[in-house]
Amino acid sequence: MKELMLGNEAIARGAYEAGVKHIISYPGTPSTEITEFASKYKEIFCQWSVNEKVSFETAFGASLMGDRAMTCLKHVGLNVAADSLFTAAYTGVNAGLVIVCADDPGMYSSQNEQDSRQIARAAHVPVLEPSDAGEAKDMVLKAFEISEEYDTPVMLRITTRLAHQRSLVELCDRQEVPSKEYTKNPAKYVMMPGMARKRHIVVEDRERRLSDAVNTLSLNRMEIRDSDIGIISAGAVYEYVKEVMPNASLLKLGISYPIPKEIIKEFASRVKKLYVIEELEPVIETEIAAMGIEVMGKCLTGLQGELSPEKLCEIFKGEKQEVKASNLPMRPPVLCPGCPHRASFYALKKLKLTVFGDIGCYTLGTLAPLSSMDASLCMGASIGMLLGAYLAKGKDFSKKAVAVIGDSTFLHSGIQPLVSAVSLNAAITVVILDNRITAMTGHQPNPSTGKDIYGNDIPEVNIEKLCLAIGARVNTVNPMEVEDFTSLLKEELNYDGVSVIVAKYPCALLPNQRKPAIKVENCRNCKLCLNIGCPAILPGENGVTVDSTLCNGCGLCATICPFGSFKMEGK
Amino acid sequence: MKYDMILSGVGGQGTLLAAKILASLAVQAELDVKLSEIHGMAQRGGSVITHVRMGENVHAPVISLGSADFVLAFEWLEALRAAPYLKENGVLIASNQKIMPITVITGSGEYPDYVHDALLIDALKLANKAGNARCVNTVMLGALSCYLPFSEEAWAKSFKECIKPQFLDVNTRAYKLGRQYMKEAQNI
Repeated sequence: MKELMLGNEAIARGAYEAGVKHIISYPGTPSTEITEFASKYKEIFCQWSVNEKVSFETAFGASLMGDRAMTCLKHVGLNVAADSLFTAAYTGVNAGLVIVCADDPGMYSSQNEQDSRQIARAAHVPVLEPSDAGEAKDMVLKAFEISEEYDTPVMLRITTRLAHQRSLVELCDRQEVPSKEYTKNPAKYVMMPGMARKRHIVVEDRERRLSDAVNTLSLNRMEIRDSDIGIISAGAVYEYVKEVMPNASLLKLGISYPIPKEIIKEFASRVKKLYVIEELEPVIETEIAAMGIEVMGKCLTGLQGELSPEKLCEIFKGEKQEVKASNLPMRPPVLCPGCPHRASFYALKKLKLTVFGDIGCYTLGTLAPLSSMDASLCMGASIGMLLGAYLAKGKDFSKKAVAVIGDSTFLHSGIQPLVSAVSLNAAITVVILDNRITAMTGHQPNPSTGKDIYGNDIPEVNIEKLCLAIGARVNTVNPMEVEDFTSLLKEELNYDGVSVIVAKYPCALLPNQRKPAIKVENCRNCKLCLNIGCPAILPGENGVTVDSTLCNGCGLCATICPFGSFKMEGK
Repeated sequence: MKYDMILSGVGGQGTLLAAKILASLAVQAELDVKLSEIHGMAQRGGSVITHVRMGENVHAPVISLGSADFVLAFEWLEALRAAPYLKENGVLIASNQKIMPITVITGSGEYPDYVHDALLIDALKLANKAGNARCVNTVMLGALSCYLPFSEEAWAKSFKECIKPQFLDVNTRAYKLGRQYMKEAQNI
């Protein structure tokens, strides 16, 4: 039976069919839906972990005990898990262990455009790259076979266009894979130098065997047609190549690391001109060039952004689609109407603070008119950056600066820098924007939410008590009460130590957060309310109006309007 | 039968559901079909574009500029933004609804006027008439249905497959209003 599935849904289906028992992940666009879909299969236990390193290690532990396990993350999440991954490549696995890593060419929802295949290669972990949803499902099964046959973690590398495409998938039954026996084996699983030196030899030997084997795997496929042009590709872009160059000879790599050298030599000998079409870094191209084969790739495609059929048309056919420069106003994403972060940033901006930011919806506080953020790097970086600013510029500066970090991001990797700050007795103020959920990726519960992925109640990690235990001074405030929040900020900024302000108010998109829309009466058109950048407040010649389909009734506009022109129902 | 369609709008307007309904029609007609969607950051009230491709054999999940048969836009500014995807003689069907982007609200951009070569429809009014302002997407599908060869039964089946039972009636009403409007306006 064929079913139309999202790429990520197909990967979850693949895990189900492969007899996977555990999927432990941390949300990150574009990988999030894999674990969400997998949680609908009662045969698979799924958990939103605290971060990617812990999720990988949890999956690794399950594999060690003999159950097939998987972790799904985005490219930058792989960096967090990399420490464990590099050494797991030495220990190998017991039952199969697969990492699904979603890269984001074009950066639809990411802070960089790194190519995860390079990390897999550096860790000596094989990489499979599916081209559509159906193949993604099949490749999950193949990845587990390779993982067990070669005793290694395996990466299934996808990109945004694979994760978020829908295509037809042929469904099969689940194969129940019996748990493997665990036998104590410190020479294999305890990586002290003496053991690790021997395991490094095993890693090299495994890679040699795999390098031979990939030449006979059906995952790598030659399609010989016209001999003038030969194009090697992998992943979602294979389908673009096939569309634009239906008559060219193609070599589709299902495994892009290690590359099948014998097949590549043969393919190169059968075509006059050889190209590699791959997104992001020249991973395949560099290896082919190192074999002494003449090949072109990145000099034509460049490193940046995602490829597209029209870009390939331009490269191979010289047909350039002329698009008139658009003068249409941009529509960047914005904080939703009713978002508590808007109130927080309004207060921070009024105090003219330097703001070290973090990763989440609140990164949108960077954009006009809130224009609040000075720097944002990666998950958990805000507190460390503020600490560095304190060291460099002293407390006169740090008393006019804050770090802002979300609840989920704080638990992900904000705890350690807070510990570091306390041990320096730094004069810094950290604002935890606690909206009770991991919002940006689509409302996954986190350890402070008190719910698991299935909606069951679980023990709630108390952020305030956690920060107190670390040794910070802790206050909780409702950021929608702008005056309270502002006066607390002023007080805490003067404190000669580590202060944590938990700005607690639920995400506007959570159930029951919507109140009746605000009404405007006798607006004097001072335009002060336009400074909060609420998409529901519209400017007009005779004063502002409120779009009642967008307004969530939060009342922030009523709080800041000096003339009381915004009326909340019942007030 | 081969159709390349772009659905464009503002995050939260329901382009994904509309695309799923179109894909389900393709599956019923035993066509190959691929969709490409935008999730995550771009959904926070930003521009969203969904590609819908159906035919005997579909490779790329994305449509090239200048090659779409239809652009179905749920908002006027997003209609203009997606218009370059249209092929020559391609059809632009757009809701006349204007949702101000933050750049216009803060005065750094100007909202564009209507142009004449689009088939405009007051989808928000019709959605409200059907009983729910959130049914703009199914009003638009109704308008598009006048140009596609799928039977009324096939549309009904896909609606039933893709829409939660409690919202099926209101969406079916919205679809019918959109279809009726386009038939009368264009003499189809």
